[in-house]
Amino acid sequence: MFRFTRTAIEPEPLRGELADPACGGYASFEGWVRDSSDGERVRRLEYEAFEALAVREGERILGEAMARFGVAHAACVHRLGDLAVGELAVWVGVSSPHRAEAFEACRYIIDEVKHRLPIWKKEHYAGGDSGWVNCERCAAPAAHEAEAPAAQAHGHAHRHGR
Amino acid sequence: MADRRSSSSSAAPPLFGLVLAGGRSTRMGRDKAALTYADGTPQLERAMRLLAPHVARAFVSVRSDQADDPVRARFAQIRDREENLGPIAGLLAAQAQHPEVAWLVLACDLPLLDESTLAHLLESRAPERAATAYRSSHDGEPEPLCAIYEPASREALAAYVAAGRQCPRRFLTESDTLLLDEPNPRALDNVNTPQEYGSVMSLMNPQSSAAPRQQPSGEVKRLTVQYYALLREQAGRREEALVSGARTPRELYAELSRRYPFSLGPEALRVAINSEFGDWSTPLADGDAVVFIPPVAGG
Repeated sequence: MFRFTRTAIEPEPLRGELADPACGGYASFEGWVRDSSDGERVRRLEYEAFEALAVREGERILGEAMARFGVAHAACVHRLGDLAVGELAVWVGVSSPHRAEAFEACRYIIDEVKHRLPIWKKEHYAGGDSGWVNCERCAAPAAHEAEAPAAQAHGHAHRHGR
Repeated sequence: MADRRSSSSSAAPPLFGLVLAGGRSTRMGRDKAALTYADGTPQLERAMRLLAPHVARAFVSVRSDQADDPVRARFAQIRDREENLGPIAGLLAAQAQHPEVAWLVLACDLPLLDESTLAHLLESRAPERAATAYRSSHDGEPEPLCAIYEPASREALAAYVAAGRQCPRRFLTESDTLLLDEPNPRALDNVNTPQEYGSVMSLMNPQSSAAPRQQPSGEVKRLTVQYYALLREQAGRREEALVSGARTPRELYAELSRRYPFSLGPEALRVAINSEFGDWSTPLADGDAVVFIPPVAGG
């Protein structure tokens, strides 16, 4: 189950949905809004998504994690809209018979979500400036040199949150 | 064609577009700009879509009291400066605001206007003349409301209005106007009354082979484009419907980059067609929905 929400993510009920007598392990990852990025003070964030495609691709990622690591259940919820520092931006949960696969699948899901889903993050800085993460610096010619060809996913090394 | 050759020595002035929607629609009894046909698109929006790919900037001409009307408010506007002059007031205001450019002027009540008629006008444009227009298939007179007015016409038009005259057809007749024959004799039929509206509606019936807009010429197709994040801010919109000759997403992005100040090149973007990841060289089809995906940053 992959979905977006415009209101606060509540992990407890989400965790409950993964409960299964056959599962002895549960792992989750929570991504929180941090107050700094590349040395700049961040006041708030804004998330936007191309939802139709992101939900499909998100479901594909969850399916890949289950097939690859053999976990029983996997879910991810991503927040959209305006977020304050400290708020929960993304939640990933996995349950499986044993703990090792749960950890690995959880890690796989958050990494793929960050790199593959059409979700964008705008940071609003303490000084009043704002910028789309990974976009504004791409516009500068120097930042282009290391870019992969267009067909590649673009999870850029620079200015990743969390 | 001699006209085009002689113009090639100096660059033609840039072309801006103006859709006239400042009329009072008295005979129709309802706002012609908001009138819809088979596809449900208001006439003003249809005219703007036809025009937009061909011009550097597109405006809608309005009376001051129409500026906030929802059908008109979503477009860049040029407001009439003079009242009760009819359609010539729109062109006058546009030329006053941007005197250095040529204006492609379209009425908003031309439901049969097709891409090939517009393309022929643009291809035949004679920038060294005062104007380029079609000769009416009905009476042989110039058609002033699907025409290109060069900057050279500006002073003459102002003088014409100052002399108390306001008929744009007479203005074209008396000016150095290149007149073209219409490729499609019904393309410029305008619709002023409920009776004319009814007759055009029946002509547009899909069973009728005479309806020109059922047969878009050549490669031209109707596309929608959605914009997200940085591209949304730079385009100033979330979505638009357009008519384009672009064969691939690559050509479409190049076309859009001429209209919007996009800072990201195609090498930094991915493309989606109909909500699935696609390729820059996938052939586009009529009705496709295209999204250009800036570098992502989820999580």
